[in-house]
Amino acid sequence: MVMIKDVLQKKILVLDGAMGTMLQRYKFKEEDFRGERFAAWEHPLQGNNDLLSLTQPEAIAEVHRKYFQAGADIIETNTFSGTTIAMADYHMEDLVYELNYESARIAKKVADEFTRKEPHKPRFVAGSMGPTNKTASMSPDVNDPGYRAVSFDELRIAYKQQAEALLDGGSDLLLVETIFDTLNAKAALFAIEEIKEERKIDIPIMVSGTITDASGRTLSGQTAEAFLISISHIPILSVGFNCALGASQLVPHLEVLSNKTEHAVSAHPNAGLPNAFGEYDETPEQMAQQIKEYLEKGLVNIVGGCCGTTPEHISAIAELVKQHEPRTLITQNV
Amino acid sequence: MTEAKPRYLKLSGLEPLVVTPESNFVNVGERTNVAGSKKFLRLIKENKFEEALDVARHQVEGGAQIIDINMDDGLIDGKEAMVRFLNLVIAEPDIARVPIMIDSSKWEIIEAGLQVVQGKCVVNSISLKEGEEEFVHHAKLIKRYGAAVIVMAFDEVGQADNYDRRIEISKRSYDILVNKVGLPPEDLIFDLNIFPVATGMDEHKRNAIDFIEATRWVRKNLPHCSVSGGVSNVSFSFRGNNPVREAMHSVFLYHAIKAGMNMGIVNPALLEVYDDIPKDLLEHVEDVMLDRREDATERLLDFAESVVGKARESKIDLSWREEPLQNRITRALVKGIDQYIETDVEEARQASAKPIEVIEGHLMTGMNVVGDLFGSGKMFLPQVVKSARVMKKAVAYLLPYIEEEKLLNPQQGDSTNAGKILMATVKGDVHDIGKNIVSVVLACNNYEIVDLGVMVPPEKIIQTAIDESVDIIGLSGLITPSLDEMVHLAKEMERKNFTIPLLIGGATTSKAHTAVKIDPQYGQAVVHVNDASRAVTVVGDLLQKESSGRYKKAIKEDYHLFRDKFLKRAVQKEFKTLESARANKFKIDWDETTIVKPKQLGIQVIEELALEKLVPYIDWTPFFRSWELHGKYPDILTDDIVGEQATQLFADAQQMLDTVLREKQLKAKGIFGLFPANTINDDDIEVAADERYVFRTLRQQLKRREGVPDHALADFIAPKESGQQDYIGCFCVSTGFGTADLAKAYEEQLDDYSSILIKALADRLAEAFAEYLHHAVRTEHWGYAANEHLTNEELINESYKGIRPAPGYPACPDHLEKLTIWDILGVADKIGVKLTESLAMWPAASVSGYYFANPEARYFGLGKIKEDQVQDFADRKGIAVEKARQWLAPNISED
Repeated sequence: MVMIKDVLQKKILVLDGAMGTMLQRYKFKEEDFRGERFAAWEHPLQGNNDLLSLTQPEAIAEVHRKYFQAGADIIETNTFSGTTIAMADYHMEDLVYELNYESARIAKKVADEFTRKEPHKPRFVAGSMGPTNKTASMSPDVNDPGYRAVSFDELRIAYKQQAEALLDGGSDLLLVETIFDTLNAKAALFAIEEIKEERKIDIPIMVSGTITDASGRTLSGQTAEAFLISISHIPILSVGFNCALGASQLVPHLEVLSNKTEHAVSAHPNAGLPNAFGEYDETPEQMAQQIKEYLEKGLVNIVGGCCGTTPEHISAIAELVKQHEPRTLITQNV
Repeated sequence: MTEAKPRYLKLSGLEPLVVTPESNFVNVGERTNVAGSKKFLRLIKENKFEEALDVARHQVEGGAQIIDINMDDGLIDGKEAMVRFLNLVIAEPDIARVPIMIDSSKWEIIEAGLQVVQGKCVVNSISLKEGEEEFVHHAKLIKRYGAAVIVMAFDEVGQADNYDRRIEISKRSYDILVNKVGLPPEDLIFDLNIFPVATGMDEHKRNAIDFIEATRWVRKNLPHCSVSGGVSNVSFSFRGNNPVREAMHSVFLYHAIKAGMNMGIVNPALLEVYDDIPKDLLEHVEDVMLDRREDATERLLDFAESVVGKARESKIDLSWREEPLQNRITRALVKGIDQYIETDVEEARQASAKPIEVIEGHLMTGMNVVGDLFGSGKMFLPQVVKSARVMKKAVAYLLPYIEEEKLLNPQQGDSTNAGKILMATVKGDVHDIGKNIVSVVLACNNYEIVDLGVMVPPEKIIQTAIDESVDIIGLSGLITPSLDEMVHLAKEMERKNFTIPLLIGGATTSKAHTAVKIDPQYGQAVVHVNDASRAVTVVGDLLQKESSGRYKKAIKEDYHLFRDKFLKRAVQKEFKTLESARANKFKIDWDETTIVKPKQLGIQVIEELALEKLVPYIDWTPFFRSWELHGKYPDILTDDIVGEQATQLFADAQQMLDTVLREKQLKAKGIFGLFPANTINDDDIEVAADERYVFRTLRQQLKRREGVPDHALADFIAPKESGQQDYIGCFCVSTGFGTADLAKAYEEQLDDYSSILIKALADRLAEAFAEYLHHAVRTEHWGYAANEHLTNEELINESYKGIRPAPGYPACPDHLEKLTIWDILGVADKIGVKLTESLAMWPAASVSGYYFANPEARYFGLGKIKEDQVQDFADRKGIAVEKARQWLAPNISED
């Protein structure tokens, strides 16, 4: 079996684009989200995209397929909110293992189809682990700055369950992403280290933070370098940024990572900043033009798209990266 | 393609901190450390976390690149305080920008801290002290949480105190951490132990140079790691002489940094610029630091006197004598200067219509300033007590004039006091330092104090309160049986339909005990007051005519709520049966234990010990605590807030100590015995003295973590069935003979300050005697640790083998055992130390206890016990269960 870290030495890998943007095209209604199985669920389920892996598995497989066709090397499982913490909104905590397992299984099945067809271009499944909807180092209550809505241990346990299911379902690697609070990510990474030790396996890990605005900091206040140092204790495959900003705005922060880390660097920006209607309207060509700067500066090893990106965007990016060498990987001499 | 990247220590808060070879020395801020800052400790204890944040902010603004946070204090829930404070720090971007050093001796506190900080912290600290297994376990977790770590040069044998040991331990630690655990070497920071130089002891001569050379070795041979340390330790011998200390710090740093020390805790206020050190001083200091001459210490000591002398000469400033009269009187009161008070008071008297006006006018104006300053934390207790001394002298001077005035105008009444307060140490208890301090401070605030002294029977308190129609009763006590006395007195007050408030204070009292046990017995206000400054506000509120009703009601409600909360919380605790606790006793492998037979068995009396011998054994920290100055000696002398006061108090104490020694004002007497002994029936220790005696010990019953044994002192003595003959010792020492007379003489001279001081000193000497005798027993009389060589600091930290627990203290809270010790040794007959009905020792400055020699023996807290053990204890002891229940009350679980 081909290992992703070997492939990374040779070329820039392409990550897929947005899942949510693509699912919007299906215009699923409440009953579509419910399917037969959850027809009688006591709480509204529309908007629970992760659930579609159980109720609309064909649509999910189709989106994955489109991204592979567009040239992606890695696709993300449909599990952005697949923790007991995030699923509490839908009272679906008990379904978390199944959601993650099934999502990974669907993605892996599609990936295997493509790898079989094109053995020279192996495809990988990244188990997507989102930030949850709670923050471990910020208070949701402005009048009580010392309060915390979630603890490290609660996050660790929730993430561990998600990661185990993603691995059992066939994920090749795990992607801890859209990190707006580094402490949440540290809990996820702690959980993954526990699994590595218990199962005596190595798991490639991608870590991707989110710089929320022009201040150049994460929501929890860290600079790019402070964020990098805070997760540097884990032997990861790559570190990068995604979401919140468009491709150009990410450049200075990617430069920091690229200069400071010995790991691969990843980026999956949004298709620009949202317009007045909250839509992303950057065209594939516009986005590719900006990504070109990453490549010319040699900043990245993995690149893809986040909110608002489509297979067309990924296709444009995939064409572009073929013409460029990957960023040089630095290794430590021990 | 690959290239090598240099390995630097990288930390993060909201912003990065990367330590490169070009970086300047990294200064760690340590004011957010309850052990290092009295102010911070007080803020945390008082739950003023917002203000505590300012301490942190101040440090970051002052240039600290890392802030060390430590919540290790017996009276704080360290884990809760650490998490709460960190959560608040994280919410303050101007503080949270720097990395945090999570500092605790308890792993659970460190781990709790690591779980709430997003940045990469420094753990302070781990070491091989508890063995390799625990070391590796903690290191693995540190790796997983992502933190750098301070590694203390400490192993199973002890703390590294010479060059070879520092290297041995750091090398071993490094190998384990880097090769076995896989921590990145750049994340290791070695604390190689900075110890004092110029102590006068030969073995301390190389303390600085060995540290510096070991630093050089570590930086050269253990790639990528850092070296850190607490710099002020090096100059301990010169506390009080800041010019020399400052020079010592910069010389030490100059050489240590050159050798590779790149991080540390340095008080910037106590640091001279290396180049600005006068040449002669520099030479003397460097001689000591680098151990360049045989006589370096003596030369520096001589030289230091000239340095400190210069600093002092310029200090006496008499310009205040030129100021207006009221200013002079106020200043004399605030500064505690009694030299001119009679002259000033006479001047005031001549200017006033009546002598009483001087008290009500000039003196009260001055005392109000004192009260305000004390209330706002700008004056400290020893100062206030000195103010009181001046006040008393002034009043004493005026009294004859006032009497004369009364004869002339008999219709005029006495001056009106703010209120009359009865103060007493309860029956059976002899401890009165705290009570006297509170009395003095209240007297300063114009309250009339009726002090009934110590060992006051309840009938006398009740009767005096009625006769004198006092406004408040204040009770004090130090030993646990006093708690019951207080409950009893509250009942009596209720029975006699008292309406005045009751104040409770003293070392064993607590808000919890007051709320749960005393408050329900008395329908009126009961308030727990444990420090003098609070006493003033509480008494003020209680006696305030307009609002006291509301205040009393609020107090009653507060205690009611507190009681409910406390009782609810207490219910959650789980206990084992005595039987299962016994099954889980602390196990010593007796087959593998070599028991040392005491060189001389039997009883020995020390008729009179030269007090000089005790001086090196004095632990000064509690001395300062008795004056409500909190902080560790000697650091307290340079503390930002109380340093000046502590230094002054210390100087006064030294002076008094000199007099005591020179004139042999106190007598030190002691007695001890060493006897064959074996444990029988789990918890009893059979002692073969002139006849057979049995010590009854108590066993922990609180359900705790799996694998943690349930201790009883009996576990440290070989059981009979082991076939091994073991031994036990017991002792009583006292330095209290003479104290009462001296204190009384001072009181007659209206000098409460000196009266309290002599009592506090006698207490310290008694503790020092206990320490001294324990040392002599370990190394000579028993001789099981003949080769022991410990510094005074190590003694205070109890780093020796074997223990000397005292009945009435946490491991053996049962005071009744003192009776057995008194019987075995014949204490009362032979050295004259008596036991009161509450089993307090008289004279008060006395210490008694047992000796356990087993190296596994340790101090522990019994905690709460259950009814089954009370019953069993009563049966074993052959006393009524009610009596057992009464004596063990503070330790019996409620539910």
